[in-house]
Amino acid sequence: MFWDWNYVWEITPTLLRASVVTIQATLLGFLLAAVLGLVLAILRMSKTGWISVTAAGFVEFIRSTPVLIQIFFIFFVFPEFGIVLPAMAAGVIALGLHYGSYCSEVYRAGLENVPKGQWEASTALNLSPYITFRDIIIPQAIPPVVPALGNYLVALFKETPLLSAIAVLELMQTAKILGSQSFRYVEPITLVGGFFLVMSLVAAAFIRQLEAYLNRTLRNPGGAR
Amino acid sequence: MTTPMVKFDNVTKSYGALTVLDSLDLEIAPNEKVAIIGPSGSGKTTVLRMLMTLERINDGVIYVDGEPLTHMQKNGSLVPADERYLRRVRGNIGMVFQHFNLFPHMSAMKNCMEAPIHVLGLSKKEATERAAELLDMVGLGDKKDQYPSQLSGGQQQRVAIARALAMRPKVMLFDEVTSALDPELVGEVLNVIRRLGTEHNLTMLMVTHQMGFAKEFADRVCFFYGGKIAEQGKPDKIFSNPEEERTRQFLSAVLEAG
Ligand SMILES: Nc1ncnc2c1ncn2[C@@H]1O[C@H](COP(=O)(O)OP(=O)(O)O)[C@@H](O)[C@H]1O
Ligand SMILES: [Mg+2]
Repeated sequence: MFWDWNYVWEITPTLLRASVVTIQATLLGFLLAAVLGLVLAILRMSKTGWISVTAAGFVEFIRSTPVLIQIFFIFFVFPEFGIVLPAMAAGVIALGLHYGSYCSEVYRAGLENVPKGQWEASTALNLSPYITFRDIIIPQAIPPVVPALGNYLVALFKETPLLSAIAVLELMQTAKILGSQSFRYVEPITLVGGFFLVMSLVAAAFIRQLEAYLNRTLRNPGGAR
Repeated sequence: MTTPMVKFDNVTKSYGALTVLDSLDLEIAPNEKVAIIGPSGSGKTTVLRMLMTLERINDGVIYVDGEPLTHMQKNGSLVPADERYLRRVRGNIGMVFQHFNLFPHMSAMKNCMEAPIHVLGLSKKEATERAAELLDMVGLGDKKDQYPSQLSGGQQQRVAIARALAMRPKVMLFDEVTSALDPELVGEVLNVIRRLGTEHNLTMLMVTHQMGFAKEFADRVCFFYGGKIAEQGKPDKIFSNPEEERTRQFLSAVLEAG
């Protein structure tokens, strides 16, 4: 029999539990990526040469190496330097760093698109750099880049199976274990694929809503210009 | 002789090889209204931007109310000012821009409250009162909660004037503040500036192409040409009897254009 419904019902609870881990890894990883990306983008705008160069170099380095190597590096090499992390933490940090670098480019585009006049008005009003970023620049820079950030959220989500390489009990790892116990891979792998498909579609719809909401409330609250 | 409110002392500004302002000397008395006129590219905007500390200067010193703006005292000598020092002294100056530069994501009120709260440390209540009073003064009492995109150009520019005034500057800079407006909206903005001139103790520098307004409003007119003040004097003198051929040519060209 190619497809066994009884087996499907049997493994569904286990897979659902694992999906919680996958979603946790996604959300935590993306939270890190979103914050780190913004910090990196702002550092890259620094007028102090070595700060912007260091930030740019970091971004370039992270983007030019595979995320799987970064995962292995944090999990297997960091302990050599006395930093021992649980697999889940190592995985989340690696995904966060990797996607943070991509997000920083997105933020940078958003920041550069804020008209120069907004900076000048902020200076003329003597706003501090912190307030300028927080109240003037970021609320205008982020709404237009939400779709691009959302794409990275979905991409990060779809890369969480890489964490199975360091034995995080997320969906993929769980499906592999189930498969090896029962010698049936069709159902667990198919279910996992289906889960990713559905969740990606849900996330994309959510991001569209969020984008519309941000556009209304943050960027252009008065309506069309 | 009182201390000038603004003093450019031998100020030079260049972009690479291009010298935009050449050894500028200019003193402006407290409460004086100075109109800056001149052809495009003559350095008018640059004068205001240097005073607003939006541009660094290459040489010379700018003083505001007797205090160096571009430089600070360090071990008994003047050295270029750092960001901290600039933040302290630039509070004396407010600027209104050609393209308003309002914060599009904030209502008219919020535009006028942002800096008083975060820079001057006003409470929300104080900032609200001050903003409301100023928006009333510029004739926008009924538009307080509107966003810039819901306002006409003239209204936006009046919000921008209120926003700058909320910081209680001693010097106000106006850079072609009516140039981006439809002709029928120019008057409402000029009226607000007129009221400022009579009701507030403000030193004003305005770059303008509104020769009629400059003639009636300014105490002094400076004609810029090629990064220098080619001629300056009382409006009557400059507009009816200029000494320089270049001034005459410029004025007739402007008048012809309408
Ligand atoms: N950021 C800049 N980089 C290079 N040149 C500039 C810059 N800003 C202004 N300039 C040049 O400086 C000159 C004076 O400009 P500006 O003060 O804006 O003139 P105005 O306001 O009288 O039209 C112009 O030749 C202009 O091209
Ligand atoms: Mg100009």
